[in-house]
Amino acid sequence: MPNIPIFAAVGGYELHELKDIFIMQGFAGLTLFSVFLLMALGLVIIFGQMKVINMAHGEFLTAGAYTTVFLSKMTQTYLPKLMPIYFPIAMLAAFGVAFLIGWIVEYLLIRHLYSRPLDTLLATWGISMLMRETFRLLFGAREAGAVMPNWLMGSLSPSEGLDIPINGIFLLSTAVFMTLFIFFLLQRSHWGLCVRATLVDRTMANAVGINTARTDRMTFAIGCGLAGIAGAAFTTYSSVSPSAGSLYIIDSFIVVVFGGAGNILGTVLSAFGIAQAQSILEFFTSGVIAKVMVLLTVIVILMIRPQGLIATKIRR
Amino acid sequence: MVAASKGLSDYALSVEGLTVSFDGFKAVNNVSLYVKRNTVHVVIGPNGAGKTTLLDLICGKTKPTEGRIMFNGHDLTKLPEQKIVKAGVGRKFQTPSIYPELTVFGNLEVSYPKGRSVFGSIFFKRDSEVIDRIHETAKLVRLESLIDTPADLLSHGQKQWLEIGMLLIADPQLLLLDEPVAGMSVDERRKTAELLLKICSNRSVLVIEHDMKFVRAIAHRVTVLNRGEFLAEGSMDEIENDPRVIEVYLGK
Amino acid sequence: MVESSIKRNIIGTRGEFMSFALLAIVLLVVFPLAFGIFRLNLTAKYLSLAFAALGLVLCWGYGGILSLGQALYWGLGGYCMAAFLKLEAAAVIARDASSGTARALTTVGLPDFMDWNQITTLPYLWYPFKSFTLTLILMLFVPGLVAWIVGMAIFKRRVSGVYFAIITQALAWCMEILFVTRQGLTGGINGITDFRTILGVRVDSTAMQYFFYFLTAILVLACILLCRILTGSKFGQLMIAIRDMEDRVRFSGYDVANFKTFVFVIAAMMSAVGGALFTLNVGFMSPKLVTVEPSIYMVIFCALGGRLSPVGAIYGTLLVCFARTYFQEKFPSLWMYIMGAVFIVVTMWCPRGLAGVMDTFLPKLWIQVKNHIKLPAFLIRAVDWIGGDAEGRC
Repeated sequence: MPNIPIFAAVGGYELHELKDIFIMQGFAGLTLFSVFLLMALGLVIIFGQMKVINMAHGEFLTAGAYTTVFLSKMTQTYLPKLMPIYFPIAMLAAFGVAFLIGWIVEYLLIRHLYSRPLDTLLATWGISMLMRETFRLLFGAREAGAVMPNWLMGSLSPSEGLDIPINGIFLLSTAVFMTLFIFFLLQRSHWGLCVRATLVDRTMANAVGINTARTDRMTFAIGCGLAGIAGAAFTTYSSVSPSAGSLYIIDSFIVVVFGGAGNILGTVLSAFGIAQAQSILEFFTSGVIAKVMVLLTVIVILMIRPQGLIATKIRR
Repeated sequence: MVAASKGLSDYALSVEGLTVSFDGFKAVNNVSLYVKRNTVHVVIGPNGAGKTTLLDLICGKTKPTEGRIMFNGHDLTKLPEQKIVKAGVGRKFQTPSIYPELTVFGNLEVSYPKGRSVFGSIFFKRDSEVIDRIHETAKLVRLESLIDTPADLLSHGQKQWLEIGMLLIADPQLLLLDEPVAGMSVDERRKTAELLLKICSNRSVLVIEHDMKFVRAIAHRVTVLNRGEFLAEGSMDEIENDPRVIEVYLGK
Repeated sequence: MVESSIKRNIIGTRGEFMSFALLAIVLLVVFPLAFGIFRLNLTAKYLSLAFAALGLVLCWGYGGILSLGQALYWGLGGYCMAAFLKLEAAAVIARDASSGTARALTTVGLPDFMDWNQITTLPYLWYPFKSFTLTLILMLFVPGLVAWIVGMAIFKRRVSGVYFAIITQALAWCMEILFVTRQGLTGGINGITDFRTILGVRVDSTAMQYFFYFLTAILVLACILLCRILTGSKFGQLMIAIRDMEDRVRFSGYDVANFKTFVFVIAAMMSAVGGALFTLNVGFMSPKLVTVEPSIYMVIFCALGGRLSPVGAIYGTLLVCFARTYFQEKFPSLWMYIMGAVFIVVTMWCPRGLAGVMDTFLPKLWIQVKNHIKLPAFLIRAVDWIGGDAEGRC
């Protein structure tokens, strides 16, 4: 029978130890939260706007990660003086590369498949296979790590026994910043206006002169760009391999669906909940089992409440 | 207009105090309506009056926030769509809702009121009774010569007739028609009117329509809605002469 | 377009019957004569996978329900059969040990991997698999039940197809992890292998391999007939209607959730049969076969062969599997590109797969051939007759 380690473990720790465990796992959970959020953000704006599921999203993360690794190696070899500042540039480059690839993919492929969401699923899965193999050919199957600038390494120790890694803080700030940025973009920019108009009534948006095809392309590319940034963030705590991104894809989708698949707040809450649940459980049982338990719980919740945490209300 | 208890057996459909609110906006507000057995009851009103929403509520597409809909002793607000259909209510939609990938025959077969469960449909026998009935219905809606054509190849008017045929073959006791002649040419309208007059006998019918000539031809009773609320009810003559209706809808 | 009896459903149009007959001849006559036992066994292995593709023809092609986790049900069937075979193998070892011909395990009658995990009593879950009848029943019932629960929960709540696809993928992944980590129960990452006999007969003899091949081929053909019965009836028409206009079907008086769940359960059970046959043919079952990647391959088989064609799904499976073996040996990188390209090309331009391409091009080709090449009259009449009353399919 499956053992129930939680109760056993709790019994073995003292209360202040538990507090520290929760705080540390909480922070580890925040790292996971940041990655989930960045991935889910990209997926949500693509799915919410275009009802397209991008199964290749993980590969855009990998693309961003490889860009960062590449730049880090370049800087290290040719411009070592620039080491401290290369990282933000690498993040921008990661965004750019993923954005560009996304733009091309949308133009060549996705725009032909709008009315067929299930077929888009399969076509983007095909893209993901192509991308993964290309990474393998270009960069080899072995893992490659980016060199971290000094200011990203190490941790802060506000109190005894409490270590908060700096890259975790950096990741969290990046994720929060990007979320707010996208939110404001959606509310204030021209692109955001087009997106919201197209969401409400595509035909009318076209009729008033909004180039919905272009808007969709922009949305898809921005979504992929966000995955690229997630990839850059990824390199701060892990090394890259050709299938690095695909490890996150299932989680990211579940985060999106659980959050209500159309609104940013729901995505944030969902990413937070799932990441924290996984992280805390990870302490008591192995990493994969924690993942499975959380996933199964979320699926069960979704079966009871399929609209997710915050239902996106669109009047049909 | 809340009902004092009316003789329910006279009425095929009793809508009482029906209200539906979307985020605070009341598309239908405290509407009551009674359709006498075997009569044609028409609902008219300006755009946005809540007429289609009313039909949505009756056939189960939308659930009301308040009120009830009594049909044959069932409260339709408590039933899912397929149960409402099985209870004897048939709806024709505003834009033709036919199955494009199936032929005319296929469309009618799917609408045949037998074999509606999973195993019922697997073992459904397409025997001579079924085939005759399908051909008969196709003839009635003037589609017999096109019976093996895929439905998406039909013209707009023909698709409307097919949908009427799909309704007919299920033999509902209450027919809900949403603008049945919308988008039709004059000739098609005439033919459709003949068709509808034929099928409306022996059935209770609730129709939404704008074409006043058409309404006058078929209506026994008319209800006028405005902005989701009940405005007036009566025979066609009474309505045409009602000053409130004229002001709101028919024009001065 | 007159009678509709089950017989008529099975035979279908003349063209459909001909293609089914051709497949039957290929599987039952051509392959056994042309292939040695090694290749034949390989074919049986691929045919075992084709069952899942057949299931997908029903639930995806006709029903519009894309499942990215069919390997879960396939694997459940496979593991059930593996459990039975393993228990029988353990009994054989126990018997050999007591007669001195083999070394005994720590606990008699227990599968070896449980021994290695220091398990001393048979877990309760394994008890039913001592009986062959129960195994056969559970092999269908367990995947069917899981599919029923998943289907009911999701379809009753009208969850969209895209979400469903993602959830099925997540479930398949979860199952792989569960099977990998429950080492004592399922053999862990190595799976269950090393079978000896089935009902007393040695599994690895050449005669048994031939037997399993024919069993697989016959069952595949039987499943195709089952598909035909379903798709040829009013049920099949309904599935198409549900696929294209689900809401409208409710207004024709049908409880759509029941239909979708039913077709999903049938697909699951068909896949499970395939999994069990795989275990028999290949002699092992592992968690790697239960997860996301095999599930995606099953979708490729169906998509390439023709998602609306049961016969096409078989050809699709065989084609992809043989190609995979070939390419992964010679040009492994190229294979991934080919697969990716197949996905893209099929979804963009040939949604009806190879079967669709054949349907469209063969008649045109034939007309060209008839017009430009002088052929004997009887040949022309024969081919025309075969193509016969091929009605337009969806």
